[in-house]
Amino acid sequence: MADRPITIREALSAALREEMHRDERVFIMGEEVGVWGGTYAVTRGFLEEFGEKRVRDTPISEMVIAGAAVGAAMAGLRPVAEIMTINFAFVAMDAIINHAAKIHYMFNGQFNVPLVIRTTTGGGKQLGATHSHAPEVIFAHFPGLYVAVPGTAYDAKGMLKAAIRDDNPVLFVEHSTMLQRRSPVPDDDDFVLPIGKSDIKREGDDVTIVTFGKGLEWSTEAADQLAQEGIEAEIVDLRWLRPLDLEPVFESFKKTNRCVIVEESLPMFNVGAEIAAQLQNELFDYMDAPIKRVAAMDLPLPYNREIELMALPNPQKVINAVKEVL
Amino acid sequence: MAPKKDTLLDWYRQMVLIRRFEERCAELYQQGLIGGFLHLYIGQEATGVGAVNALREQDHAITAYRDHGLALARGLDPKAVMAEMLGKKTGVSGGKGGSMHLADYDRRFWGGYGIVGGHLPLAAGIALKAKYNEEDEVVLAFMGDGSTNIGYFHEALNLSAVWELPVVWLVENNQYGMGTSVERASGAVEIVNKARAYCCGPNGRGMKEGPRVDGMDVLAVYDAVSEGIEHARKHGPILMESLTYRLEGHSMGDPQRYRTKEEVEQFVANGPIGRFRDYLNEKYKGIDPRLDTIDQDVLDTIDDAVEFAKNSPDPTYDDLISHVYAD
Repeated sequence: MADRPITIREALSAALREEMHRDERVFIMGEEVGVWGGTYAVTRGFLEEFGEKRVRDTPISEMVIAGAAVGAAMAGLRPVAEIMTINFAFVAMDAIINHAAKIHYMFNGQFNVPLVIRTTTGGGKQLGATHSHAPEVIFAHFPGLYVAVPGTAYDAKGMLKAAIRDDNPVLFVEHSTMLQRRSPVPDDDDFVLPIGKSDIKREGDDVTIVTFGKGLEWSTEAADQLAQEGIEAEIVDLRWLRPLDLEPVFESFKKTNRCVIVEESLPMFNVGAEIAAQLQNELFDYMDAPIKRVAAMDLPLPYNREIELMALPNPQKVINAVKEVL
Repeated sequence: MAPKKDTLLDWYRQMVLIRRFEERCAELYQQGLIGGFLHLYIGQEATGVGAVNALREQDHAITAYRDHGLALARGLDPKAVMAEMLGKKTGVSGGKGGSMHLADYDRRFWGGYGIVGGHLPLAAGIALKAKYNEEDEVVLAFMGDGSTNIGYFHEALNLSAVWELPVVWLVENNQYGMGTSVERASGAVEIVNKARAYCCGPNGRGMKEGPRVDGMDVLAVYDAVSEGIEHARKHGPILMESLTYRLEGHSMGDPQRYRTKEEVEQFVANGPIGRFRDYLNEKYKGIDPRLDTIDQDVLDTIDDAVEFAKNSPDPTYDDLISHVYAD
């Protein structure tokens, strides 16, 4: 079937709808998923289509949204729990880390936790310090929990379907400012992407840019501008922070010998730190320049639009970093 | 329906098994063969045995970290439980869970959990599965009095009320959350009163406030939990309280500055096993030698379990790295 351009929002909706039709055990629970239709309108029309049993509004209770979803998953259902924004996932941290991620191991494989927790991430919307985190890297710290960070509609659909079909818990992180981004997506119920595979989003020989989520947007804009100056950047989109697939990064680095990592995370203990460490460990002899990281500034985000944007990465910061390593 | 003689004798066996099993665990802990924390259930046997035996085969049980007694009552093999205590490969959780994390999928014993209140939302989720699939199953969720002050408790009970989930929330009120008494930790001193916060919605929907039962009386607990299960099947969640007492410290090495020797001795004198034995002697004249035989059989069972655990292999490197993810 022909690919047609749809938004990330539509891609997420389509993935959920298809998987709910495919498997009776799949259901949605969370804040405002039903009557409201989803605070980001991803589940609009679902209540009418699937009914109250499978589209379950919850109280504003993140601890029990995550925890009850874990229990339901252990018992054989396949919940897609929605936590409105990742900022609220901090409240549910214990259920996500101590229970979703560890139960399979702790009881020696007796229970699976086939759970997806969907949430939105990111700053840049003047929501102030408590509502503007992009902390997905924190969740990627813990073995047992997959972390998905799609940056295109194509990936969003194929990755969400994969997450729902997998027997492991997945934190599925959608960027709140990217839901209207459009790209061609197969109109096919069986379009499923593999879990834990990075993707080369752009080929180039001069520098490797490693990124994910919103960083893909900044990096792509930067690469377009660099190309006009004759600098060809290769962009590796991680797509998953766990399982983390660095093979394409290594392959690219062997070719370019230079690397910039771009992310919205805070600058300390972030994805870039991990990748830089692994690159110097694995490919020290290929390194022609220090590895650079582009991340948010090391402070809480403010409300004022001018200074908020100052604190976040942008294409210019990516360009500057690339020029430093060339 | 009053339990038959054989059933009562089996409950007696279970209670003695739990008591002797844990006494042995305390010894093994002192010898360094059991590591980590060890939260003994001694004193609470009537609550666990009465409640678990009210479950039907298809029902579910889940609890916190004071879980050995409930695991044994639910019929987990004492050998595999003891092996888990010793961290062996043959343990119920392969030596990876330990004392606080006993579970058995086949017996619908969903585990002990180490984070206070962390298992309560899980109980709601397991009950949701039953309701979702229209299965006649009830979840019996045990918790300590201390957990009724944590956010998880309120969120889980509230959701179970809103969604009318088949859960019996059973508070094992052993009077202290670690060393802090109920009076010093909880706004409501009668914990079942907390049910009122989740009742009533449309058509009386919501949490039923159940009884405060004498948790040292196995028959009373059995009757109350049986009724609770019937309520949960037909109408949704119920909060009940079993008044019991932990005769040992919170965990090993608890100096117990928060209570007097006299207080503990008073509960020892009225302990659940002695009370039940008196009841059986009263009800069935001449049964005493048979109870002695049960006592001896239990000791043999425990000797076998310890022997099995000691002779079992440790988990290997392959075990260390397995089951991080589901295949």
